[in-house]
Amino acid sequence: MLWLALHFPAFPLEVFSRGTLAPEPLAVAEKQGSRACVVACNEAAMNDGVRPGMPVSAAQALVAGLIVRWRAPAAEQESLAGLAAWAGRFTPSVSLQPPDGLLLEIGGCLRLHRGLDRLLSKVKDGLSALGYAAIQACAPTPHGAWLLAKAGKGACIRDPTRLESVLATLPVGLLEQPLEVLDGLEMIGAHTLGECLRLPRAGLVRRFGRRLPDELERALGKAHDVRAFFVPPARFERRLELPAPVEAAEALLFAVRRLLPELEGYLVLHQSGVQQLELLCRHEDVPDTVVSIGFVQPVRDAGRMQLLLRETLGRTRLPEPVHAIVLKAQRILPVAAASGDLFQDAIQTGDGNLLLERLRARLGKEAVHGITPTADHRPELAWKPCEAGQGSSISGNAHRPLWLLPRPVSCRDGRLVLKSGPERIESGWWDGRGVARDYYVAQDRNGARLWVYCDRASGEWFVHGLFA
Amino acid sequence: MNAALEAVLRHSAIWRGDRCAQASEDTIATGFPALDAALPGGGWPRGVLTEILSEQEGIGELRLLMPALARLSDEAGWQTWIAPPHIPYAPALAAAEVELKRLLVVTPKSTGDAWWAAEQALRSGASGAVLAWLSTPDERRLRRLQLAAEEGKGWGVLFRPARAAQERSPAPLRLRLESAPNGLAVHILKRRGGVLDKPVMLDWREPRLQARPRTSLAPIPFRHGAA
Repeated sequence: MLWLALHFPAFPLEVFSRGTLAPEPLAVAEKQGSRACVVACNEAAMNDGVRPGMPVSAAQALVAGLIVRWRAPAAEQESLAGLAAWAGRFTPSVSLQPPDGLLLEIGGCLRLHRGLDRLLSKVKDGLSALGYAAIQACAPTPHGAWLLAKAGKGACIRDPTRLESVLATLPVGLLEQPLEVLDGLEMIGAHTLGECLRLPRAGLVRRFGRRLPDELERALGKAHDVRAFFVPPARFERRLELPAPVEAAEALLFAVRRLLPELEGYLVLHQSGVQQLELLCRHEDVPDTVVSIGFVQPVRDAGRMQLLLRETLGRTRLPEPVHAIVLKAQRILPVAAASGDLFQDAIQTGDGNLLLERLRARLGKEAVHGITPTADHRPELAWKPCEAGQGSSISGNAHRPLWLLPRPVSCRDGRLVLKSGPERIESGWWDGRGVARDYYVAQDRNGARLWVYCDRASGEWFVHGLFA
Repeated sequence: MNAALEAVLRHSAIWRGDRCAQASEDTIATGFPALDAALPGGGWPRGVLTEILSEQEGIGELRLLMPALARLSDEAGWQTWIAPPHIPYAPALAAAEVELKRLLVVTPKSTGDAWWAAEQALRSGASGAVLAWLSTPDERRLRRLQLAAEEGKGWGVLFRPARAAQERSPAPLRLRLESAPNGLAVHILKRRGGVLDKPVMLDWREPRLQARPRTSLAPIPFRHGAA
């Protein structure tokens, strides 16, 4: 077993800041007792002197225009679940470590990712695409890995025999024990885990209860540590708060890009693809703007979704600035378990569906279609537009022109020469669109061949097509 | 001639001024032997733009393409028609053995969208053929299309009025069509290879060989098409 622990030290902040590129000073605050204190702040705020632990009023006095958001435990919880779903692309065994960590069992999937180093760098890149920074640590036990990650040591221990010596150096403050236990340990002079471990177990139990030695044993792998694995929800719906309201489509797209990899990981975990995607842009006063895109076939690839969303978003008018976005996967359908990575470049080489989707996204659904002949004698009803790819070539007629005019044009030019005909078409009296016409092939003086008819009711002549 | 020299001369990047470029270009047979003989590589070139100029409609400008479109129907990929001026008539296309399953008609609302759609269709590589009727061309737009065609390796056909012959164009193949009794006169304004001063005369009445021999999957050898 090998566990990868991911600790997100700036999680309360990143929940907000990942939705934007704008480096405006941002701080996340929380009520602590009667005072409101800054819990985390971004680099811009840090440069201006804001520090975690500072009262909000002081921070606001320091930085004009500081954006302060209240810490959102619900959003953090949701984001952690989103991250767990995303991590499903690496391993099916993902365990939550609330409030700001994830544990991934990666021993079984190292070969798939071609080694630990590659896996770690993939995880890192993926996280930064999502807008998170994590400290990674590996150890043979989940709790050991977690303690290492929390200590800020990007350590990677694969050899179980080395685990104890490395963990022994960590401070006791990392342990998940009540405050009085930690204080008590400090008081008896046990500052590191190593010093704790040297104390007799029976004495520790008597003084601090069973939980302390239990935790130490779990970290070292001497006691069982049963983890519940994350089970992704049946529906995908993710909300992202933007730190400041956004009007530009480009900025919105940036925020969407943060969510798409989560959706992709979710779909990989479900072995499915999404056929319809909905993006809700939340406004302050007016109803949500809904951007919806459809795919010809269920899609899993985030890049492809992004491509279409960009095209659609670029043409969407936003009535008001957007303060949050919600990404919803509407129709999730199973797709054959082809691994995404294996065929990734298949998308590049002429994907017919992709072209179709892009054209539709920009031009509208009705502007892109196929054509098919239909069983009717009336020329204007002998064809119809159809869904692209659904045309049938069964019933052709070689005596028909390649161009049909959308509406017959009255023909006043007397210099046409009739070449062949007539072909009488008389049909449709039953549905009120009856025709009674004699069709001829005619040639004009420039050599163009036209399909003309004489309306038998009125005796007038019309051009209906071109033998182009 | 020296064998080494001959090998060099056969190289696709080299052509001699006295003949049509021998380029082993990827082409689609036009279905008209006289025209094939006049085109470099023996057919419609893929991966570049072809311009078809004609003064008027209805002289056979689409009919000229039908055998090639029918051939392309055996390949995957769309045959994308961008902003056609009239309705492409399904019964006639079906009779010409064009696979309507592969036909994509795109009717953008604005000129800008039409150019965009043509470029996407060419660049994507998902279109075996792109037929486009685009207004207000300029050299920059045409060059973009040409580059898109190079990238996507499809056959790009641009229909333009005859007066465009005066303008410069990056398309390596430009034809001007004129109606002729029972056929079509094809003036080759520009091609890779020497200039051709006489038009290629096509006669519709000549019995043509079957466009799509369904027995073979290999590139179609023209001679035994009657199988």
